[in-house]
Amino acid sequence: MQLWQNLPFAMILLPLASASLTSILKGKAARRAALTVITLVTLMAAALVIFMQGYGQSYTFMMGHFPAPWGNEIRAGMLEAVTALCFALVMLFSVMGGLRDIEHDILPDRQNLYFVMCELTTAALMAQVFTNDVFTGYVFLEIMTIAACALISARTKGRTLVAATRYMIMNLVGSGLFLLGLTLLYDLTGHLLMSNIQEKIIALSATGKYQQPLTMVIALVTIGLGIKSALFPFHTWVPDAYSSSTPTSSAILSSLISKGYIFLLIKFYYRVFGLREVVNAQVEDVLLVFGAAGAVIGSVLAIRQLDIRRMIAYSSVAQIGYIYMAIGLGTQSGMTAALFQLMAHAICKSLLFIATGGLCAASGEKRGFTSLRGAAYRNPVAGAAFVVGAFSMIGIPFLSGFVVKLAYAEAAVLWGGPRMITVLAVLAISTMLNAIYFGRTVVTLFRLSEEKIAQQQKWHSGPCFAVACAALSLLTFALGLAADPVLAAIRSGLEMFS
Amino acid sequence: MAKQRNDYENSWFPRLQRWIAQGGTRLSDQMTEELSEASDAHRVLSAEDVARREVEQAVHQLEIQEHEAALYERAHQWGRTKGAKLIRAFYAVLAVLMCVSVIAVLLTTVSNLPSFGGENNPINNEVSQRYIEKGLQETGAVNIVAGMILDYRAFDTLGESHVLFIAACAVMILLRLSDSGDPRQLSRERMEAEANDRLYEPKNDIILQRVAGILVPIIMLFGVYVLFNGHLGPGGGFSGGAVIGAGLILYLNAYGFAATERFFTIKTFRAVSFIALAFYALAKSYSFFCGANHLNSGIGLGTPGDIFSSGLILYLNIAVGMVVACTMYAFYTLFRKGDM
Repeated sequence: MQLWQNLPFAMILLPLASASLTSILKGKAARRAALTVITLVTLMAAALVIFMQGYGQSYTFMMGHFPAPWGNEIRAGMLEAVTALCFALVMLFSVMGGLRDIEHDILPDRQNLYFVMCELTTAALMAQVFTNDVFTGYVFLEIMTIAACALISARTKGRTLVAATRYMIMNLVGSGLFLLGLTLLYDLTGHLLMSNIQEKIIALSATGKYQQPLTMVIALVTIGLGIKSALFPFHTWVPDAYSSSTPTSSAILSSLISKGYIFLLIKFYYRVFGLREVVNAQVEDVLLVFGAAGAVIGSVLAIRQLDIRRMIAYSSVAQIGYIYMAIGLGTQSGMTAALFQLMAHAICKSLLFIATGGLCAASGEKRGFTSLRGAAYRNPVAGAAFVVGAFSMIGIPFLSGFVVKLAYAEAAVLWGGPRMITVLAVLAISTMLNAIYFGRTVVTLFRLSEEKIAQQQKWHSGPCFAVACAALSLLTFALGLAADPVLAAIRSGLEMFS
Repeated sequence: MAKQRNDYENSWFPRLQRWIAQGGTRLSDQMTEELSEASDAHRVLSAEDVARREVEQAVHQLEIQEHEAALYERAHQWGRTKGAKLIRAFYAVLAVLMCVSVIAVLLTTVSNLPSFGGENNPINNEVSQRYIEKGLQETGAVNIVAGMILDYRAFDTLGESHVLFIAACAVMILLRLSDSGDPRQLSRERMEAEANDRLYEPKNDIILQRVAGILVPIIMLFGVYVLFNGHLGPGGGFSGGAVIGAGLILYLNAYGFAATERFFTIKTFRAVSFIALAFYALAKSYSFFCGANHLNSGIGLGTPGDIFSSGLILYLNIAVGMVVACTMYAFYTLFRKGDM
């Protein structure tokens, strides 16, 4: 056991332990503590990626003195390391970019609690990524659910309470179904550790016993996590939750928390059920259909919105549909595409939400398109960042969105048949729809007569905002220009996975 | 046989060519023409004509408006009465169908599960066997459950206690009256909360006070017993903490905030939950680190059955108990008056 192998453990325990410390600090100190902790987690994730590349295989880490089926265990591989790095980076820049809005939106004596939520979300995300035990997954999923409610309702203005209530009801239904699935799974296999469950499931399908409950378990876990990550027919909580909360919360919710659930689902498919079992249960087909429907309908709904934040929220629904569509292909290349989209979208969506926060702040905290006319001249940094994000969403070359679409097309063509046609058609339609609504928004942001441009009052959102926007834009470019190492890492990670 | 056409000059391509040769139709040209036409027409009309037309137009407009209003009213009426009923009925039927089908599917699943308590069930495997047979020896806890949740699977329990903590923080974000906002606003909110409190909650109830005077010490003692006895018998942090929290709430109900605020304010809550959680996280981090790296942690298990035995379990139980008691009390006070 080498010392660097303790990194995943430290990445979970550090934010968890510092959360209680942050709760007794005052606003400014709490902010500093949270930023320091998240930065440290990011650095550790980066170090882990580097070490993993040298190590070349996955390893398990005993949480305590007892070996795996008895004690808890976490597991790290290439995929986990890359995902953790992506999540930590997005977390860091989402918090950094929204600092001004947090100060503005949240009452001063509650800001420290807001940062507690950020830290605990980080810890829970890391635990979701690294867990090798289904029940640990559930415990940290619970932390994420409650933290998300608090993140939404921390802003005291607007429809946040309605949004948080709706979010809570839908998400608790999701958690309940997921827990039900876990209970049945434990009853069938007698294990909570992922690798042991998989062994038992393989043995069960060889004998043909308990096949109906097993299918039910796969369905329950999929629906539970699907509801929690806003898969298309369960997306009704999204627009309010993402549009009424403070920008950092929207960014964390849409690009981290829902992605954490999806990552857990992929982990379940690979490490618990085994991909073949899932394909046999035909859950994949359902996911493909709902994902494709979500990708199109989310975009159509986005076109109808007059509020920029609601538009981005509906665009999130569409992008989540995309991820599920690729999972629905049920192949290795499909999963690679889904995971790449998961990371690309996490970065891009937080960039969009943060940039929108800056644009709205420059337009007197209004979100309607009429008030946002020419906002890019008032806040050039936010305008530029928004353009990068929007173009990536549309799929302009050199940006991450383009690589995503390429990977999707590749995965679809490799499969062939009606699935290929579905995926390609959805790609074409949704790209067009994305171009319509993001193009319209970009034009609105820059539409102003020349005399008026000079009159616009400049708005400065501070250095933190600029750094966050620049970093997230750079990451979007980096994923677009140098996608191959990331794709290769995902592929090797998936190989280590099963 | 294909139709032969001899009007090549009028087909679309030559027309396009001609149009391009003319230089196309400029948008600006059309606009000026229309504008000039309109202005010409205006000049020809006399003032009376204009007035008459305006009146006609106004009447027409009014008619259209009335018509639309009637249509709107009818549509609205339908939506309010029949439509709403129809949609509600549709939703009700769908919801019932959905629930019934989910229940049916789940019942089928349950009937296909291994029979309850069967000897050869998958859950009777090496995992539970080791917990039962070696639990005492490996964790030093007579109570196997305590050994399982605080030693074998301590990481999950660490997460669970943070679930409680985060729930308390979330309620504080939602319900706590703001300290540093507008002072007048704050005092108004405070006064409203106090008024509510006086209206709905018991105040100086002599029966309650007498009973609480006898019961609260017993409840507290029992809570502490459950807490300290967690590794030796049924009990532990979660149940003991709940008992202590219930005792605190009873005390508050009987004697009011003036009595409890002497020893329990928001500062106490913060300090206690910080100390308990920080101790839990640090102690367990040390133990996880030692376990994973195969180091000797130096934490002895002691003699099973003694009060100070079973390594960290006793102290972790106390930490969990403090978090649970504080969280319960905090929930109650926050919901009651928005502060502690």
